Amino acid sequence: MTAVLRVENLRIGFGAGTVVDGISFEVRRGECLALVGESGSGKSVTARTLVGLTGDGATVRADALTFDGRDLTRLRERDWRAIRGGRIGFVLQDALVSLDPLRRVGKEIDEVLAAHTPLSRRARAERIAELLAQVGVPEPGLRARQLPHELSGGLRQRALIATAIAGEPELIIADEPTTALDVTVQAQVLDLLAKLKSEDRSLLIISHDLAVVSRLADRVAVMKDGRIVEQGPVHQVLRAPAHDYTRSLLAAIPAEHTKGTRLSGTPAPPGERRPPGDVVIRVDAVTKSFRGPDGVARQAVRDVSFTLRAAETVGIVGESGSGKTTTARIALGLTEPDSGSVQVGGQAWSEVTGRDRRALRRSVQVVYQDPLASFDPRYTVAKVLDEALAVAAVPRERRRDRAVELLELVGLDARHLPRRPLQLSGGQRQRVAVARALAPRPAVIVCDEPVSALDVSVQAQVLDLLDDVQRRTGVAYLFISHDLGVVHHACDRVLVMKDGQVVEQGPVETVFTSPEHPYTRELIAAIPRLTAA
Amino acid sequence: MKGIRPGVWLAALVLVLLVAAALAPHLFTGQDPLAVDSARTLQPPSAEHLLGTDENGRDVYSRIVFGTRTSLLLGFGAIAIALVGGGLLGVLAGLGNRFVEGLIMRLSDVGLAFPELLLALVVITVAGGGTWNALVAIGVANIPNYARVVRAQTLSIRRSTYVEAAHALGLSGPRVVLRHVLPNAVKPVLILATIGVGTALVAGSALSFLGLGTPPPEPEWGSMLSTARNFISRAWWYGVFPGAAITLTVISVTVVGRWLRLRSEGRTS
Repeated sequence: MTAVLRVENLRIGFGAGTVVDGISFEVRRGECLALVGESGSGKSVTARTLVGLTGDGATVRADALTFDGRDLTRLRERDWRAIRGGRIGFVLQDALVSLDPLRRVGKEIDEVLAAHTPLSRRARAERIAELLAQVGVPEPGLRARQLPHELSGGLRQRALIATAIAGEPELIIADEPTTALDVTVQAQVLDLLAKLKSEDRSLLIISHDLAVVSRLADRVAVMKDGRIVEQGPVHQVLRAPAHDYTRSLLAAIPAEHTKGTRLSGTPAPPGERRPPGDVVIRVDAVTKSFRGPDGVARQAVRDVSFTLRAAETVGIVGESGSGKTTTARIALGLTEPDSGSVQVGGQAWSEVTGRDRRALRRSVQVVYQDPLASFDPRYTVAKVLDEALAVAAVPRERRRDRAVELLELVGLDARHLPRRPLQLSGGQRQRVAVARALAPRPAVIVCDEPVSALDVSVQAQVLDLLDDVQRRTGVAYLFISHDLGVVHHACDRVLVMKDGQVVEQGPVETVFTSPEHPYTRELIAAIPRLTAA
Repeated sequence: MKGIRPGVWLAALVLVLLVAAALAPHLFTGQDPLAVDSARTLQPPSAEHLLGTDENGRDVYSRIVFGTRTSLLLGFGAIAIALVGGGLLGVLAGLGNRFVEGLIMRLSDVGLAFPELLLALVVITVAGGGTWNALVAIGVANIPNYARVVRAQTLSIRRSTYVEAAHALGLSGPRVVLRHVLPNAVKPVLILATIGVGTALVAGSALSFLGLGTPPPEPEWGSMLSTARNFISRAWWYGVFPGAAITLTVISVTVVGRWLRLRSEGRTS
């Protein structure tokens, strides 16, 4: 097999800093290579460099950087324009921001066709419909006339892939092509990419997700701090990783087999897990509708019931729009259900108002997906915790000590008090968010996608942290996630939601090993698994 | 503080001098701005009168120095009124129900439909002239601008995760507004306001020029310009220097304001 793309000793720097430090790899015809790494590993900047979009102020050096025998380092901008889109297709991560919001989807593809093919206007219109059909967009004629926001996330990503293949490129570079997608949609997009590969095109996939990669790639290159630490056939790297970093990455992925074990390699605190205690939240037949922009009421949550006991973790899984977050907000007392009731420690949200309601709020706290957005941007860590402790009626003179105690509980210390959230890493921010949630000594913490925005090794630390905190304090978690592996690892019981309804609920083991509802089966079948390699 | 362009430093220095002149004009000139000397009217700049004299023989330099206080007061005072009024109305509109929001926003639409100066003139027609009335008039005329921006900020902050997090902690509604919504909604507007100061200052001078602001013989840049107009062919210095003072002040405030804005957006220039 001949190499379509050959990279030898590639170095990329911005100013004095080096972000990619001498990497070498090649992509052969009809092959898929995956570059895998965590944020800051240099994988995305590598991808951008391969299409000549490294960015301002970057210095790119390489012993060899050739595409189909041509030296890419010597290309001028106008030469790049012939290659980009025409011979190398580029698929970006988030289709919502990568597609022009004011331009119809068909127009987006038309632009590529006009630039790289000699087709007439009429022939292009036919080709657009063909391309959309080829990437599995139903009703391509209609969809081509729609705007990006009128399409679902999955369809948008397909449309973006259609623009990338419109110029019949030999090589497709995809930067996190499925990261923003629901698991069933992700499975469809992966199938589509696999189909493109079978058409003798070459693929370079950039991803943080080893499981996604294992389903598609022939070979994997694992990146860390600008270097490739390990490279080889996918089954070899995943089954018998040679490098410690690859091993720790693989060990950190939460899934069925990691249940009850530590993900981050740190020891568990002493003591047994507590058995589930009294009921702390009872949600009884809640229903909630929202009126859409068209004035039609849509039921976001329908007849949902569950209970949560002390020291227990109940997961809610479902895809976007399934009603998970609305259910969480109802449990938090931030949204009033149209009917049904929520009891917290025996008191119903609907029965308390004013001061009593605010007091009741202390017993149900929340940790959000994006910790940075959940802090007032003007506040330091000290102020964030001070406010939470003040609400919990801790006297002023004891608050600092309590704040330090809380930070220590989440693996930080007093040195972090004067910092601003912006100056902390993603994992540290989420730790501060957990500390704040613990400040009023709640009985329940609602975790709304608490690890979805984190790298796998940081995710592992936060999941372990949540486990530690539960062992120490006996707090109950309502754990919302779209990631079934995370839910399987972290939860005792699980609710599967679809279109606002709970289609199945029960102990995690039962639901995941012998799912009864067809939708649950579909979800579980769609999980990318490492063992598929 | 590295990487700040010399122009910004210069503008900041001018502002410091202006504030000093406003607080203690005596430090900058030994002459009385109101002292009439009928023997020396409309004298060109000389060692004795640095920037010449006016039609009553008063020293133009010391009148400019003593006029700084009024001019800066007009600029900053008017914007302070606009900020407080616009901030309150904007937050109210952003948080209120449909009726409150509609009322405030339609009123502000009406206000925005008229030029600021025209609105100020209406206020002065009702309330009468003078420095303080001019200040209030310009401030009120600027309220709609700020109310709009603050409302838009409030709308987005109100839906932000950190405000929801504060509610979830159990903070009361008014406390959330005071601690989280108000400061974050007003912060970007504060920077906008530094640029507004220049415009308000010009508006104040314009009102004085029309004879509706600071009454003579009190020194004020705008009213000096107004009288200088009659002698422009015989005494260029009388009009040019107060005009230059206004221009320099507005440019300095705007340069510093622009720098603050860029910095707050994470860009530096």
